[in-house]
Amino acid sequence: MSTKNILDISPLESEAIYIIREVVAQFEKPVLLFSGGKDSITLVRLAQKAFYPAKIPFPLMHIDTGHNFPETIEFRDRLAKELGVELIIRNVQDNIDAGKVKEETGKYASRNMLQTETLLDAIEEFGFDACIGGARRDEEKARAKERIFSVRDDFGQWDEKNQRPELFDMLNGRIDLGQNVRVFPISNWTELDVWSYIQKEKIEIPSIYFAHKREIFIRDGLIWSANDDVVFRDKDEQVEERMVRFRTVGDMSCTAAVLSNATEINTVVEEIRSSKISERGARIDDKRSEAAMEKRKQQGYF
Amino acid sequence: MNVLKIATAGSVDDGKSTLIGRILYDTKSLTEDKLQAIEEKSKQRGFDYLDFSLATDGLVAEREQGITIDVAHIYFSTPTTSFIIADTPGHIEYTRNMVTGASNSQASIVLVDARNGVVEQTYRHFFINNLLHVKDVIIAVNKMDLVNYSEEKFNQIKGEIAYLAEKSGYQNQNITFIPVSALHGDNVVNPSDKMDWYNGKSLLEYLENIETYKTEDTSKVRFPVQAVIRPKTEEYHDYRGYAGKVYGGELAIGDEITILPSATKSKIKSIQFFDKEYTVAKQGSSVNITLEDDVNVSRGDMLVKVGEEPNVVKKLEATVCWMDKTPLQASEKYYIKHGVNDAQVKVTELTSLIPTDFSDKEPNPSKLSLNEIGEVSFKVSKPLFIDTYQENKANGAFILINPKTNNTAGVGFIK
Repeated sequence: MSTKNILDISPLESEAIYIIREVVAQFEKPVLLFSGGKDSITLVRLAQKAFYPAKIPFPLMHIDTGHNFPETIEFRDRLAKELGVELIIRNVQDNIDAGKVKEETGKYASRNMLQTETLLDAIEEFGFDACIGGARRDEEKARAKERIFSVRDDFGQWDEKNQRPELFDMLNGRIDLGQNVRVFPISNWTELDVWSYIQKEKIEIPSIYFAHKREIFIRDGLIWSANDDVVFRDKDEQVEERMVRFRTVGDMSCTAAVLSNATEINTVVEEIRSSKISERGARIDDKRSEAAMEKRKQQGYF
Repeated sequence: MNVLKIATAGSVDDGKSTLIGRILYDTKSLTEDKLQAIEEKSKQRGFDYLDFSLATDGLVAEREQGITIDVAHIYFSTPTTSFIIADTPGHIEYTRNMVTGASNSQASIVLVDARNGVVEQTYRHFFINNLLHVKDVIIAVNKMDLVNYSEEKFNQIKGEIAYLAEKSGYQNQNITFIPVSALHGDNVVNPSDKMDWYNGKSLLEYLENIETYKTEDTSKVRFPVQAVIRPKTEEYHDYRGYAGKVYGGELAIGDEITILPSATKSKIKSIQFFDKEYTVAKQGSSVNITLEDDVNVSRGDMLVKVGEEPNVVKKLEATVCWMDKTPLQASEKYYIKHGVNDAQVKVTELTSLIPTDFSDKEPNPSKLSLNEIGEVSFKVSKPLFIDTYQENKANGAFILINPKTNNTAGVGFIK
């Protein structure tokens, strides 16, 4: 080789790859929880890098609430096909139809809480012992307290007051039968880190992250997607068309849009950089109470 | 962009939350919705100031009791550096949290209340930063506003710490003193106009200028193998890549290497990261390495440069910080995780208990309880490839796991 070609990758990327490799080495049946959002798409790229030129050695699993944006679903299917990775889908609707869970009704109804039940069923069905997720500590203050290897019991519960210390980069994945570990390789990334990575790596993401024309209505100062099949709307809540994009993508029934003209990645990154509102400020599910996330986590949510 | 991990520690009233809040506020890192939430909550609780701990105390129990139970992570950035602060709580399970925070940090901020000077807590902060060889320690002398910004008071504290530093077993530490007022923002992000006698940098300026390479190991290179990559496809039929992270130095194509434990020799054929090839991998990089020869390498093995081999041992002596409710005792067995290598150990001797106030060691204690530090000897079930913690941080530390509960029970620093 004629020129010196020095590898000096970012500490955050190196850390995430190290963690993903530890998961495969320490667990029998890992799975990557894939939502079709930017964080789990970033995880997929990191997993690809961790094992290249081999394929990603674990399946992707999506817990489909039935309230996802169609753009996300289309993207999910295409990505799994391109990578040649198995995609497992479990539907919240099945549990509703079987009468196992009760769907919320009314103005703020969402299927966010119901995902947990379907997720726990799927973990048991497949015997997954490690579930890799794209949660980040900077998103929310309960998440800021969670470990990289977060042990959950038979019921998927997080025992927040009794977590294992994590020293240096040694990760303790020893668990009892029936327990599983939630793994967060991008714990230390911020929202801007993720967006900058998507920009630098030219990673494709679903179109709803970019500004587009959409039918929306305003409630409580937030911009809701007008989709009468999924999102409850009062008669006096007027639908209008606006240029919007989504900064975070959950269900249509619990994710608010932001007004934006950023139609490509560079302008999106600029917008994030100068934003005065936090990412989860647009998550209707977090606004239920100050402890909403911690409560959901104790019950087995991600 | 640089990433700098910092640990902060302090007791309840030394103004740690205020300091962190001040940093976030003055670097404009708090978004409007978060600031608004803090303002509302502070008012609700009848405070006439902004209680920034509300931004970091993430658990219900913490907010109920008004105390921090667990390490919180705080993120902010300046145009040149991304900062990750591990904010370790002051009173509950103090040593355990502080050691955990410091193990993942390149720099540490120790807060001292200017009115009280060096107190018992300061000794402990200082001791742990020494034990873990944290390269940069910043002594932030806070509440300068309450001592009339007195240079004399500041110098007095400096002198007391210098006395402690003499007793330290780690003499290469950079210790920096900065007089601040977190409440008013003096010398935190912006320089103070009330202390003409101080010509140094503000806290943030200092942190931004810590060159991260200086804080890392520059010792012998260690490459613990995490996984063997075997694609088994047409294109990569015989491909065998060794995946891992480079510690302590750098690796280059053509380097002659020894594989441990087999002591087989080979040469580095290629260094890969994703779909690109490189000639040199710097420390900290997660890479894929292929060798010239078809040799037997598996997870837990280690690649090192010929002539730079670590010690291969079945006995260990280490300083251990205990983190489990069940005490460590002689002849107990534990799992050991040394990097990515797993084995079992048996405690052969508990040599001493080390007080965290720099006072004399207590010989032959009967046990090591939660949050205690001691010197311990072990017998290992299989050979480990070790350096002393002083020589190589990553290869000189290990964790112990309680086999009954699978919990991480302690951390050891090899002597």
